[in-house]
Amino acid sequence: MKADPKGVLTGAHYLDGDFAAGEGAMAAGCRFVAGYPITPSTEVVERISRRFPFMGGTFIQMEDELGSMAAVVGASWTGTKSMTVTSGPGFSLMMENLGLAVMMETPCVLVNVQRGGPSTGLPTMTGQSDMMQARWGSHGDYELIAMSPKSPQEAFDIMIDAFNISEVYRVPVLVMMDECVGHMTEKVIIPPAEEIELIPRKLTEKKPGEYWPYEVSNGSLVPEFARVGDGYRFHSTGLTHDYRGYPIMSAECQWECVSRLVDKIKKNADDIVKFEEEETDGADVVVLSYGITSRVARMGIDMARKKGIKVGVIRLIVVWPFPEKRIRELAPKIKGFVVPEINLGQVSLEVERCVAGKCTTTLVPHPGGGVHDPEAIFEAIVGAAK
Amino acid sequence: MSAQATTETKREVRPEDHPIAPFIRMDRMPHIWCPTCGIGTVVKCYAAALEKLELDYSKVVVVSGIGCTGRVAGYMNFDAFHTTHGRAIPFATGLKMARPELNITVFSGDGDLSGIGGNHFIHSARRHMDLLVILVNNFIYAMTGGQNAPTTPIGANSSTMPHGNFDTPFNLPHLAASCGASYVARWTSLHIRRMTNTFEEALQRKGFRFVEVVAPCSTLYARRNKLGTGLNLMQFYHDNSEIRHGEDTRNLDIGYQEKIICGKFVDDTEQTTFIENMHAHYEKRLGEDYVPMGPEGGMLHE
Repeated sequence: MKADPKGVLTGAHYLDGDFAAGEGAMAAGCRFVAGYPITPSTEVVERISRRFPFMGGTFIQMEDELGSMAAVVGASWTGTKSMTVTSGPGFSLMMENLGLAVMMETPCVLVNVQRGGPSTGLPTMTGQSDMMQARWGSHGDYELIAMSPKSPQEAFDIMIDAFNISEVYRVPVLVMMDECVGHMTEKVIIPPAEEIELIPRKLTEKKPGEYWPYEVSNGSLVPEFARVGDGYRFHSTGLTHDYRGYPIMSAECQWECVSRLVDKIKKNADDIVKFEEEETDGADVVVLSYGITSRVARMGIDMARKKGIKVGVIRLIVVWPFPEKRIRELAPKIKGFVVPEINLGQVSLEVERCVAGKCTTTLVPHPGGGVHDPEAIFEAIVGAAK
Repeated sequence: MSAQATTETKREVRPEDHPIAPFIRMDRMPHIWCPTCGIGTVVKCYAAALEKLELDYSKVVVVSGIGCTGRVAGYMNFDAFHTTHGRAIPFATGLKMARPELNITVFSGDGDLSGIGGNHFIHSARRHMDLLVILVNNFIYAMTGGQNAPTTPIGANSSTMPHGNFDTPFNLPHLAASCGASYVARWTSLHIRRMTNTFEEALQRKGFRFVEVVAPCSTLYARRNKLGTGLNLMQFYHDNSEIRHGEDTRNLDIGYQEKIICGKFVDDTEQTTFIENMHAHYEKRLGEDYVPMGPEGGMLHE
């Protein structure tokens, strides 16, 4: 279906990443946002709360991030596309109901504009240190989807994708911005509504009485959705449940329930992963990065290329699920991966796991509060090329 | 597209069934509650109130948190959600905001709603969120084995206050009233007729409506505090309750084996809800530019 023109601010704008993400959400059809103020993400909800009353959207400022995430999960069950926005400390509080969204298979989007951590850390300064929390932050085994934009334009674009994928797989999608992208102001082109393709969740065509909320069929791993209030009288729970949504406390049911939650992402990973690749054919070294770091790395890459080193590039747009297959293919053909990130080693660990000793993995760390010195990335490339 | 939204105002009872069977997921019986637990009685009264009212049942939603009373949502034959510990109210807030026509009851326990979920409770009452909140107060955390709760009377014995409780408990009706609840009542689980009437009335009111039902845990609280079992326990609380409608909520503390004041304490029919306030405010400020979310919610259609 096409986007609702009321939510689409078509034209060329000069926006920061936070505002662009807010515009992307509204264009994607998001009509419910619950949030709690936290730097450096607050501008996203400020933008939305200003514009929502003109498009049939509702914003509520909740008492905390626990409540924000819970409200988002609840709202999504009405069929309304729902989102919340936060940063590090709030992200920690949202882990509880993020797990509930995974378990109840609730489509929703959570934007995390990352700052330096741990704890209160660096509220106004950048970081990429929540990447593993995005992957593993809520307890239990699960899979979800995390994306990372490199610019305000991509912050807009990625929100459309995030909502679409979330609807298709009935899974929370995390948009892992960093403060640099969030507060960087650049040109953002918002297309006309008829050029924005939205994919709604699959509503069941079954009649009340014939429908079970977690029944899957025809080889799909994603159950059909029934809206609350349409007369289906379904039950949903955070407990391990069967196809009826009824809690069943057994190892067998746990096996079936949790395996499907994981498989619906793992088995569709080839369709979900998204990355840009450049000059990896015949490369000695491949620089893998995401978000603002992919732009900072550019200068180090150019410096190395001038020295005659063949440098390939992979920029992750979807970080989780990880493009495992492509990394495994490249590993035996190159000398090493160089992974700059604004943390002390998170996505680099995943690269290291995937290359499985077939080439080196060099982390270029930065604890947060700023971006890398391109020289450090250059030196890491030189080292990896030896 | 899905089947069109339905309305449903009658549920037939077959002669061989329990009168409230249409409101219960009979395929999930027997329930997990202990013999003589008061929760089942509260469920029965709630279902009886719904039956009398002949509402559009397709719009009735029950949301629970975690714990013994948290299991209520799983047994009610409506759209029903069993959420995370303490988060039933904000989950229900999302449902209500995103589909305002829903008629939502939050059904949970004292630990869930006033302990871990206390912050949501006070803010939901403050903002006059349109929810009926039924809190079954069993004086302890029962599902986990009888630990001290924010409602355990001073002097009572719990598994984490084995030498007796000295931690001051909440006066829940006073808390709700102070924060802005439009309707506040309290009964014990033996006040079946009065409780049913209260639910019936509260379901027809709007705003944050709070009903506390005192139903001390018959397995863990009663045993540790030598209150006997089963009917003895219920009889004790019934006999030690006193009905004082309109009582100042400051006088509603529950002491150890002392008199429990029951009744309806607040019934403010003038109060406007969060959603009403929002619409009125935006209509005034934005005029015809305001596009309110419709009663069916914010789902976009082709």
